[in-house]
Amino acid sequence: MLESLLLLTLLIALGWPLGRYLAVVMRGDPMRSDVLFQWLERPIYGLLGARPELGMSWRGYAGAFLVSNLLLAIVVWITFMAQAWLPLNPDGVPNMRWDLALHTTVSFLTNTNQQHYSGQAQLSYLSQMTGIVGLQVITPVMGLAVVAATLRGLFGGRQAQARKADGTTAIIDVGNYWADVTRATLRFVLPLCLLWSALLTWQGVPATLKAGPVTTPIEATAEFKEQKIPLGPVAPMVAIKQLGSNGGGWYGPNSAVPLENPTPLSNFLETLGICLIPVSIVFMVGPFTGRRKFRAMVFGTMLTMSVISTGLAIWSEGHASAAADTALMEGKEVRLGPDASALWAAVTTQINNGSVNAMLDSTAPLTGMVAMSNMLINAIWGGVGCGLQQFIVYLLLSVFLAGLMTGRTPELFGRKIEGPEVRLLAVLVLLQPLVILGFTALTLFVASLTGNSNPGFHGISQVFYEYLSAYANNGSGFEGLGDATLWWNLSCSIVLAAGRFPALVIPLAIAAMLARKRRAPEGGGTLQVETPTFALTLIGIVVILTLLQFMPVLVLGPVADHMALTSLLAR
Amino acid sequence: MSTMYASSAADRSAGTAHDLKPAVIDSFVKLTPRHAIRNPVMAVVWAGTIVTAIATLSGRTGAGFGWAVTIILFVTVLFANFAEAVAEARGRGQAASLRRARKDLIARRLDDAGKETTIPAAELRPDDRVVVEEGQLIPADGEIIEGVATINEAAVTGESAPVLREAGTDRSGVIGGTKVLSDRIVVRVTAEPGHSFLDRMIALVEGSIRQKTPNEIALGILLAMMTLTFAIVVVTLPFIGGFVDVEINVVLLVALLVCLIPTTIGGLLPAIGIAGMNRALKANVLAKSGKAVEVAGDVDVLLLDKTGTITYGDRQATAFHALAGVDASQLRQAALLASLADPTPEGKSIVKLAREKGEKLVDPAQAHFVPFSAHSRMSGVDLPGARVIRKGAMDAIARHVQTLGGTLSPELEMRVNDVARKGATPLVVSDGRHVLGVIELSDVIKRGIKERFARLREMGVKTVMITGDNKLTAANIAADAGVDDYIAEARPEDKLARIRAEQAGGRLVAMVGDGTNDAPALAQADVGLAMNSGTQAAKEAGNMVDLDSDPAKLLEVVEIGKQQLITRGALTTFSLANDVSKYFAILPALFAAAIPQMAALNVMKLSSPTSAVLSALIFNALIIPALIPLALRGVRFKPASATELLRNNMLLYGVGGVLLPFGGIKLIDLVLSALFNV
Repeated sequence: MLESLLLLTLLIALGWPLGRYLAVVMRGDPMRSDVLFQWLERPIYGLLGARPELGMSWRGYAGAFLVSNLLLAIVVWITFMAQAWLPLNPDGVPNMRWDLALHTTVSFLTNTNQQHYSGQAQLSYLSQMTGIVGLQVITPVMGLAVVAATLRGLFGGRQAQARKADGTTAIIDVGNYWADVTRATLRFVLPLCLLWSALLTWQGVPATLKAGPVTTPIEATAEFKEQKIPLGPVAPMVAIKQLGSNGGGWYGPNSAVPLENPTPLSNFLETLGICLIPVSIVFMVGPFTGRRKFRAMVFGTMLTMSVISTGLAIWSEGHASAAADTALMEGKEVRLGPDASALWAAVTTQINNGSVNAMLDSTAPLTGMVAMSNMLINAIWGGVGCGLQQFIVYLLLSVFLAGLMTGRTPELFGRKIEGPEVRLLAVLVLLQPLVILGFTALTLFVASLTGNSNPGFHGISQVFYEYLSAYANNGSGFEGLGDATLWWNLSCSIVLAAGRFPALVIPLAIAAMLARKRRAPEGGGTLQVETPTFALTLIGIVVILTLLQFMPVLVLGPVADHMALTSLLAR
Repeated sequence: MSTMYASSAADRSAGTAHDLKPAVIDSFVKLTPRHAIRNPVMAVVWAGTIVTAIATLSGRTGAGFGWAVTIILFVTVLFANFAEAVAEARGRGQAASLRRARKDLIARRLDDAGKETTIPAAELRPDDRVVVEEGQLIPADGEIIEGVATINEAAVTGESAPVLREAGTDRSGVIGGTKVLSDRIVVRVTAEPGHSFLDRMIALVEGSIRQKTPNEIALGILLAMMTLTFAIVVVTLPFIGGFVDVEINVVLLVALLVCLIPTTIGGLLPAIGIAGMNRALKANVLAKSGKAVEVAGDVDVLLLDKTGTITYGDRQATAFHALAGVDASQLRQAALLASLADPTPEGKSIVKLAREKGEKLVDPAQAHFVPFSAHSRMSGVDLPGARVIRKGAMDAIARHVQTLGGTLSPELEMRVNDVARKGATPLVVSDGRHVLGVIELSDVIKRGIKERFARLREMGVKTVMITGDNKLTAANIAADAGVDDYIAEARPEDKLARIRAEQAGGRLVAMVGDGTNDAPALAQADVGLAMNSGTQAAKEAGNMVDLDSDPAKLLEVVEIGKQQLITRGALTTFSLANDVSKYFAILPALFAAAIPQMAALNVMKLSSPTSAVLSALIFNALIIPALIPLALRGVRFKPASATELLRNNMLLYGVGGVLLPFGGIKLIDLVLSALFNV
């Protein structure tokens, strides 16, 4: 409880100034450190052949986003498949199988970090540092860039004032993709990572390029005479893993391993790291758009949902009747205990980070359900950029329904939401059940594909969680799945991409469509989105539109699981 | 429907009772696939009905339960069709009486030589000239080019009081099928055969050319999306359930699907659309499209004509100001005498005011009344004994008094200026060569209009008053009536300019107009309400026509538009909110056999899985007819700010929508278990 409050206080104290700073970075305003950064940025622009001052239409912006992703994918995929022949491989890690490499590439490209491999044994230092850490740095920034472009569109585009008399412009300028990505990476994410990795190194997380030592275990036996301790540049990777809503750890067991998470302070720093950038982005909304009340509404709504969800998780893990049994300490780090584990579980799924400090598979069924609900909503803070982007989707849907109830054609910030926009929103809303439920049903139906450890209701939870986590670009695993198979790799790759690209590009397209419209001045008769009434409406619509669709599978999975467990314990 | 119709009202509003039979028949006719497919939500229910019927026939489920579900689903579809049919039938009742007015019209066409030929009205072409005399029906829409006549337009407007139409004025338009009560007019035909006002009106109310409005289309997409989403949920469920050996029978799956998809709003959506147009028509406003009605709900600025909207048509006497040394009663008596024979509303109001102030009505012997003339610009009375009483404008009376040898006091000028400064019109009264005082004539603001504007302001609608008065007068009236802005000394082109200016600022503008020179502004405005008494050009340019020719109707139109959108939003919210309780009814029932612990989720304590499913389905079906009156009437709408409206409607239809079905389903379950022991 105390830890949660401390976390919230620090988040607001740090998020506020960081958000202001981020707004300056994303707006491209002059900064005192311009000289330094421009010296770094100019060669990058030159290399990319980009002209950062040039505005892009939404198509240009989305095109640049997709093409840059495709190119990165090809490079990283090849690196993974050829790592044995490439330098920086002191442990002699072999090449990765094509399908596992594909899944790993897509997983990190989509800022998901779902891992079907075990990091320390299957990736060379080069792969970790370029393919993994490189993508971990760049992909959250891409999400941030797209959401910034979307916000510009919602308020009429960058040159909103330079309109023609009839209120239309030929091109809605949503910003320059290359400039957004470069500036945010160099001026915001990298400095923050540097700080975090220094803090973690101080707490004892390894940071080296040397091969790990070989030691003798305390209980040495004939078969287990010596243990090789894998090391590497762990601290920087853990820093970006936490900060960039990535979640993919250096080690397979992620932040449950003492080497990744050695002390209570490191555990707190890492929990804080998960939330810091997504919360800063929410704080950025105010100065970036010039609407402080809008920022307050976004923050208030997310905070409300976050408090409810976190509270439920902690209650379910530590205090629910089913949790009383000591059996529930299974899968938890004894060092951390149930509360810190539940807090992490709640936060890591709200933020779409996916790193873990306990085995989610072993948490109480209802904690698992909270985690699933968080990922279904995927906008309680959400991932870097994509969380706010998903929130904008809910905002548009809520404005549409609530707007009708105020007796006007629904408008967001003075621009009407009509058929074409609703059609695009519908595609996005449909995609979620289609992909998640479709693959869950297919996999469960052909039981040989599943490869999971539990046949019962828990088995449903495991498969559903895996696809859900992939679609939400979360990356945490319920585990207990033999998921390094061709089927899991390929199907998850599809789900990962389906959960990332449409969710980022479609709202941008909608924002640009709205920007084209005549803007009506806001008055007493127009729906005010910056009110508690609207925020509650939005939460209601999130629950009804998102959670209700998945009720049957949640009931068959965690709810049935919980009831079976309760009746088992009662006996 | 309403009591506002006079003679033809009885058959036009033809009661609901005998409308029901054709509506019931129509509900079955609408089962044809061609019609069913137009409403995706209900089409899914219809398809579900067939699936359950086949499943029951092939013995995949118990016959009793299978048929019960099939019948309930079938009835659900019928209820939805019925809702639409009832709304249509109401429109058709109105159309039928209109059509009667159109039948068998005969025209007396004039050729260039002025010779008359009698032909059927259907053969008339635009620019033909026809003669219509007392007692005859006007054969086609047109404009009077010669003469003046009183006309009974009851066939179209339902209003039996005759109206005056005159060539060369803004009141020159006539409608085919209406009756000339007096005099003889020559009308130039303006409408193509089959495209007359009446034809268009019939087509509109019959819904034959009803197009979905943009808001309706957008909502339709949302509903289709929800339907498809739940279809995915239901189709994947048996595969997921199969993993834990939960067998789910196909009838149960269809039941789950039907309960989850938004059938309530899906079933009522077409009816709401038709009812919106009907509501406008009930207010005697003919909207040329459903879209026009909804746009009225979005309007930000209303341009209102002062006369008829904000003030009563004419100025009225509100005070007497006697000059020093003149007895107040003396002034009143003179004013009364001078106005006794004055037929104008101003004159009548002077008599009324004088009598209210205690003057007795006398009928002077041998009085010679002098009517107002453009030349003298005075009116009054000559009494025996060379007593000459006159009232008129300041300069006219001044000249009159001076020719009689009188003088003007400086006090008079002061009094006159005082009155004028208030925005009122001063009339000076003289008796012989003495000036007695000043009558104050002012615009009287309609009762309740100020509150109405305040409500509009609360809804974010700005009002702008248009008047030909000078700035001073306009400012006073604007302040008294509580309008936000005014345009004084307005010319028709000022309206157009103002509309363009507001639109450039992103605002939607509504206005009222009747004259030909209003036509460009009516066309430019987002909502143009033309007066039925107005010219054909104005009626063509506007997107609505007020059959009562009441400019204040614009306010009502705005409220109808808003009500229309709120009804759709509220019922959608209600429909979606209902899903929560239906889940609690159906999910435990669905898995009860395979997972006994699921009983814990049966929070309503429904008696059995069978009863739970049937109760949820029956509730789902019954809620459609239960809400038909609401869909037709529109939800109760109290003007308020958007935030307040949202809060109230969310509480009523959102929270209410979550809670109500819990009670409803439980009740049906109690009845079912008592009656059939299921």
